Amino acid sequence: MADLTSEFLGIKSPNPFWLASAPPTDKAYNVNRAFEAGWGGAVWKTLGEDPPIVNVSGPRYSAIHSNDRRVIGFNNIELITDRPLKTNLDEIRQVKRDWPDRAMVVSVMLPMNEQTWAKYLPMIEDTGADAFELNFGCPHGMSERGMGSAVGQVPEYIQMAAEWAKSAASIPVIVKLTPNVTNILPPAKAAKDGGADAVSLINTINSIMRVNYDTLTMYPSTDGMGTHGGYCGEAVKPIALNMVAEIARTRETADLPISGIGGVTDWRDAVDFLALGASNVQVCTAAMVYGFKIIDDLVDGLSSFLDDKGMRSVNELVGKAVPSVTDWQYLNLNYVEKAVIDQDLCIKCGRCHIVCEDTSHQAITNTVNGERRFEVIDEECVGCNLCVSVCPVDGCISMQQLTEGVDPRTGQPITVEKANWTTHPNNPMRKA
Amino acid sequence: MPNPFPSTGSSMSKNAPDIRTGRLTRQEIDANFGDLHPPLKRPEALIEADRCYFCYDAPCTTACPTGIDIPGFIQKIRSDNLRGSATTILEENIMGGMCARVCPTEVLCEEACVRNTHEDKPVEIGLLQRYATDPIFEAGTQLFERGEATGKRVAVAGGGPAGLACAHRLSMLGHEVVVFNRDEKLGGLNEYGIAAYKTVNEFAQREVDWILAIGGIEVRSATLGGDITLAELRDEYDAVFLGIGLGSVNDLGVETLPGALNAIDYIAELRQADDKSALPVGGNVVVIGGGMTAIDIAVQSRRLGAKQVDIVYRRGPEQMGASRFEQELAQTNGVRIHHWAQPIGLLGDDHVSAVEFERTRADNGKLVMTGERFTMDADVVFKAIGQALVDEPLTDELQLERGRIVVDAEQKTSLDDVWAGGDCVRGGDDLTVSAVQHGKVAAHAIDRHLRG
Ligand SMILES: Cc1cc2nc3c(=O)[nH]c(=O)nc-3n(C[C@H](O)[C@H](O)[C@H](O)COP(=O)(O)OP(=O)(O)OC[C@H]3O[C@@H](n4cnc5c(N)ncnc54)[C@H](O)[C@@H]3O)c2cc1C
Ligand SMILES: Cc1cc2nc3c(=O)[nH]c(=O)nc-3n(C[C@H](O)[C@H](O)[C@H](O)COP(=O)(O)O)c2cc1C
Ligand code: SF4
Ligand code: SF4
Ligand code: SF4
Repeated sequence: MADLTSEFLGIKSPNPFWLASAPPTDKAYNVNRAFEAGWGGAVWKTLGEDPPIVNVSGPRYSAIHSNDRRVIGFNNIELITDRPLKTNLDEIRQVKRDWPDRAMVVSVMLPMNEQTWAKYLPMIEDTGADAFELNFGCPHGMSERGMGSAVGQVPEYIQMAAEWAKSAASIPVIVKLTPNVTNILPPAKAAKDGGADAVSLINTINSIMRVNYDTLTMYPSTDGMGTHGGYCGEAVKPIALNMVAEIARTRETADLPISGIGGVTDWRDAVDFLALGASNVQVCTAAMVYGFKIIDDLVDGLSSFLDDKGMRSVNELVGKAVPSVTDWQYLNLNYVEKAVIDQDLCIKCGRCHIVCEDTSHQAITNTVNGERRFEVIDEECVGCNLCVSVCPVDGCISMQQLTEGVDPRTGQPITVEKANWTTHPNNPMRKA
Repeated sequence: MPNPFPSTGSSMSKNAPDIRTGRLTRQEIDANFGDLHPPLKRPEALIEADRCYFCYDAPCTTACPTGIDIPGFIQKIRSDNLRGSATTILEENIMGGMCARVCPTEVLCEEACVRNTHEDKPVEIGLLQRYATDPIFEAGTQLFERGEATGKRVAVAGGGPAGLACAHRLSMLGHEVVVFNRDEKLGGLNEYGIAAYKTVNEFAQREVDWILAIGGIEVRSATLGGDITLAELRDEYDAVFLGIGLGSVNDLGVETLPGALNAIDYIAELRQADDKSALPVGGNVVVIGGGMTAIDIAVQSRRLGAKQVDIVYRRGPEQMGASRFEQELAQTNGVRIHHWAQPIGLLGDDHVSAVEFERTRADNGKLVMTGERFTMDADVVFKAIGQALVDEPLTDELQLERGRIVVDAEQKTSLDDVWAGGDCVRGGDDLTVSAVQHGKVAAHAIDRHLRG
């Protein structure tokens, strides 16, 4: 059995799965239940100044569903904790005392002046918490007050607040990044420059879910009016993975420990984050959709996966896939793949044909010798993977590399020599 | 309809057949004659719709005799566009509501569904079709309009699925239609023949009313060959469509006795009965035949309370006209199916008491008698061995073959101004859905002819 124990900034937890700062970690009752269920740690729901903020009493959440109502994407307009600071601190202290083996990180969001940070952080640290997470991500409500993503979108502010936090705290400081930026690297560098010990990402993405088809007003709404909220859940994972990988593969930020967040629902999502450079993962939406019991599959699935790979600890997985991420310009343009359809698995739905015919390269037949049959025409196939993506039968279409001869589409001989855009004749900026 | 059980005497003698009313209570009967396949609820429909792959050149559509764009209507269910979904269905098949209930989907669209290859379980196309169309009939929403009047008049003989489908399409195309119908009600076998548990709550009549609501269709009670002749219709109208079904029943070829009934007649009475518990039902029921009618009379007899029901068919299970699903339905209703035996006589004095059979076998595909005989007790014998065209009104003028009207691919008969479709034509498969397709195809052919 692989060892799932995890150490992040020296903070130990029995597994690398923490609950992200959100409603699941809003009070002792929830966090106790989570720890009973087996979660490795929790990032307490973001604390702010007293008096606490207030939330709307209308709908805070909404979802994009599949037809059988599976939640694919999730959105919220919830603010930070709406409970008095003292209540939260008392509960944090109690939970940490009751669960010494679990990670207890406290998320904070404070106005942009140093005195406030100097005032609150020591108070919070006194609870016995293991680390701070600075919430520079919340994209709604708090950002209108100059906090949350309003800070997270300006690298100078991130650096400033990180410095204040570092000087007020003696425990590690994690900076939680907002994805509502065009490039994640400047905020990550700013966090590092400000002395942050690690980054966590992503927070939620600015979003409007839909309109109400009866009233033609924004949905959901509070008394007829709505506001953009934060998007999360399965649908956002690819966005999060890209940002995590960017930080992990960029020289200046590569040594920043990363706590990966965004759409983790089953153990495979965790493998994605870990292999692309995160040292642990945080989960919010999946727990809000299914309850804490999903930790069983997360732990069990990851452990079996590591066993199958012959890895003894999570650390062996961390960053494994990072070297495989590069810029487009370095992709080998001499490499050729063609789609191949396994006729024994094909159920003849014809979807590969119609998508390639209508929107791609007219490279799949619909009739062969008068019979309904779907075959790839190598002379036309550009290897785009569209058919693989739409085929309803897993494994029926595979992309296979041409290793010799000529590419029947281009007439170019197949070569093992690599060549990329940087040296391509069509590139006006090519290197000699 | 004459009483199918003429007096069997009040004698309680040991020979008296066991035929009684009220074998089951009205509540039991109501339960037995509820929907065979209950309609899908919204969550079920959405999940089932999600199973459709939206196939290219969908095999299910090819397998549908009316060519409904099945992935198209299912996609519209997924997006909660039910009116659009119903329109997609009904524009190809105006009886899409009835067909959703009575089509043997297991040998049509659902047999062709690619999900069978994937997981041995097709998309429930029939149930989805019903889900999409039910609200239209419940609300009486009209989806189609009468076309601009052409001033042409078409006579339609027969107001069953073929005739009504033809009439409706002709009306959409702007022609004026007069339907001549023999039976009291319209709908043909939808109303008088199809098993009661397939079309509950007077659906057949609701569908007829909805079809006629388009306007431009006049209905007259008249029998071709009795009240009117084909020559008169040809004379008075610009074109004629024949959809008169099969008016008579094949002969069993043995001497008959009281208690030996045509399944079709009994079913018609059952379909029209207000209180099914008042129907006389035999204790031992023997059904002769192997098609849909045989299954229907057998299952319905059981559901009316018959103690024992046996179907005897002269060939094997593969040759039965009833689909595998229908055969299994009979068996799960406690009906016993016997193959390879043919009746050679009805036994009994003044009422049937048993049937004598001889075993048969196939010899190079030909049916041969084996000489081996047996008898089976029977209080009632149902003949379900097929119907035949009442051809007297037609023989002089129309080309017939094997007792059915010959038509071309456009449903045109040997006469230039006469089209025909449904059960009465040669080469059909005696299904409601095919009758509808014939009517639709004929309407377009007639339209082209009239606009010529
Ligand atoms: C017992 C039974 C069960 C069946 N079950 C199914 C099933 O589950 N699914 C399925 O798809 N199909 C089923 N069928 C077959 C289906 O009902 C027929 O294929 C379909 O009804 C044929 O339609 P039609 O319009 O050709 O004829 P019919 O439905 O027979 O209609 C003929 C119409 O013409 C009228 N008519 C007859 N003679 C004259 C005349 N001389 N002049 C004027 N009008 C006349 C009649 O009054 C009737 O309205 C079943 C049939 C039977 C007998
Ligand atoms: C209802 C809700 C409330 C949230 N509140 C906070 C918060 O107070 N502080 C914070 O840092 N992130 C908050 N988040 C963001 C989550 O911690 C997490 O970063 C994001 O949801 C992505 O992860 P997921 O896809 O697993 O949900 C909230 C998310 C949700 C859905
Ligand atoms: S890989 Fe792309 S081009 Fe090739 S067959 Fe598939 S869809 Fe067509
Ligand atoms: S999409 Fe897949 S299953 Fe469908 S026809 Fe193409 S190869 Fe066959
Ligand atoms: S064959 Fe089946 S999966 Fe394909 S379109 Fe028809 S119902 Fe849908």
